[in-house]
Amino acid sequence: MTPLRSVPSGDPSPGGTASAQLAALLNRAARGDEAAFAQLYDATSARLYGLVLRVVRDPSQAEEVIQEVYLEIWRTASRFDPDRGSAMGWLLTIGHRKAVDRVRSAESAHRRDTAYHQQNLPIDHDSTADEAHASLEATRVRAALEQLTEAQREAISLAYFGGYTHTEVATMLDLPVGTAKTRIRDGLIRLRDTMGVGQ
Amino acid sequence: MTDIHALSGAYAVDALGDAERAQFEAHLVDCPACRAEVDSLRESAGLLADMSSTEPPAHLRGQVLASIHNVRPLPPQTPVAEEVSSPPARRRRWLPALAAAAAILTVIGVGVAVTQPWQDDSSQVEMTAAERVLNAPDARDVTLTFPDGAQATVTHSPREGRAVIVTADMPPAPDDKVYELWLIKPEGTTVPAGLMPKKADQTFLLEGDASDATAAAITVEPAGGSEQPTSEPIAVFDFTEQT
Repeated sequence: MTPLRSVPSGDPSPGGTASAQLAALLNRAARGDEAAFAQLYDATSARLYGLVLRVVRDPSQAEEVIQEVYLEIWRTASRFDPDRGSAMGWLLTIGHRKAVDRVRSAESAHRRDTAYHQQNLPIDHDSTADEAHASLEATRVRAALEQLTEAQREAISLAYFGGYTHTEVATMLDLPVGTAKTRIRDGLIRLRDTMGVGQ
Repeated sequence: MTDIHALSGAYAVDALGDAERAQFEAHLVDCPACRAEVDSLRESAGLLADMSSTEPPAHLRGQVLASIHNVRPLPPQTPVAEEVSSPPARRRRWLPALAAAAAILTVIGVGVAVTQPWQDDSSQVEMTAAERVLNAPDARDVTLTFPDGAQATVTHSPREGRAVIVTADMPPAPDDKVYELWLIKPEGTTVPAGLMPKKADQTFLLEGDASDATAAAITVEPAGGSEQPTSEPIAVFDFTEQT
């Protein structure tokens, strides 16, 4: 068994001020403030839509998922707990889960055919990335990803952007079952420690 | 034993199948270290989204804002959860305590309302049927303990023709999912036996005739349940191995 490592303490997520603003908007939305929710949408929709689109691929489906995602955010804003992570992290968790649910329930022959293209997608150079968000943050993330092994990047990419289960990832990469989940975890831990996120 | 902690990364990026997800969420209830790790790994995974940022089509904004208008935000979660996550000592005492209470109540004929004051009338009737099974002379138990410490006992009485499940510290099924119960017949057919109410500690009478059932099982199903299991069982209670 791999022992659990303790989570580094101290520095919270980068971009603390923006994060606090999002948390404040969520807080107001939880009380039914639609104007605050509109501001929240403006501040976060590019990252959420970009992620959802990358996972589901079809723009019209991505739009449907985004509607579900923001509805869920609106309904459950009061459940956001700032002690557990950043507001953006929480929003992306909801967005990712919905996107993955969508591709899993709509699994199709076509999707399976695209599996091998997916596999070869580079994780770090996305032509669809909006220039406005190709920020210092994205540069830091790219640099941090360089610290991962190629095998870890590949496994994380298939899981996170491909929406595949670790078992499917293992099969796609010809790995023994159980290896992919370890790569995903080790890679995320390295990313976390390089970026200094988390509690 | 497979190390359930190692699933934290795959869980953080939604890369677990339904059954594993339910199992891991069950584990999370009792493992603060894994909860902290999942939180931090989700945070790091979220950073990856920075690289695929894409402006959504302009019309989407209006649709989203229109759709929330008639929806009421949920209230904050109040700390009811404390109530259901009993410490291990209490968990172990729970079954005998219920049995003792049931025995006394049967004698004085008060019914179960004393121990389950929140139950409505219809479930009192069910509790009584459940107690008949629990107290049946031919009743036999199969107890399973999940990796996170949750326990489920199925008591089967061929004479009563019914089976009862008693759970302790059972974590909730994932969002949009339910725990569905099944009875396995001697010829191997699987018969739906009801959806478990979303409660950590409960006594639930399985639906249907269990007189010749050889096993009971629990699967994770989409909300509303299924006619036949759509996933691997998270628990199988084999009546032929009863002690």
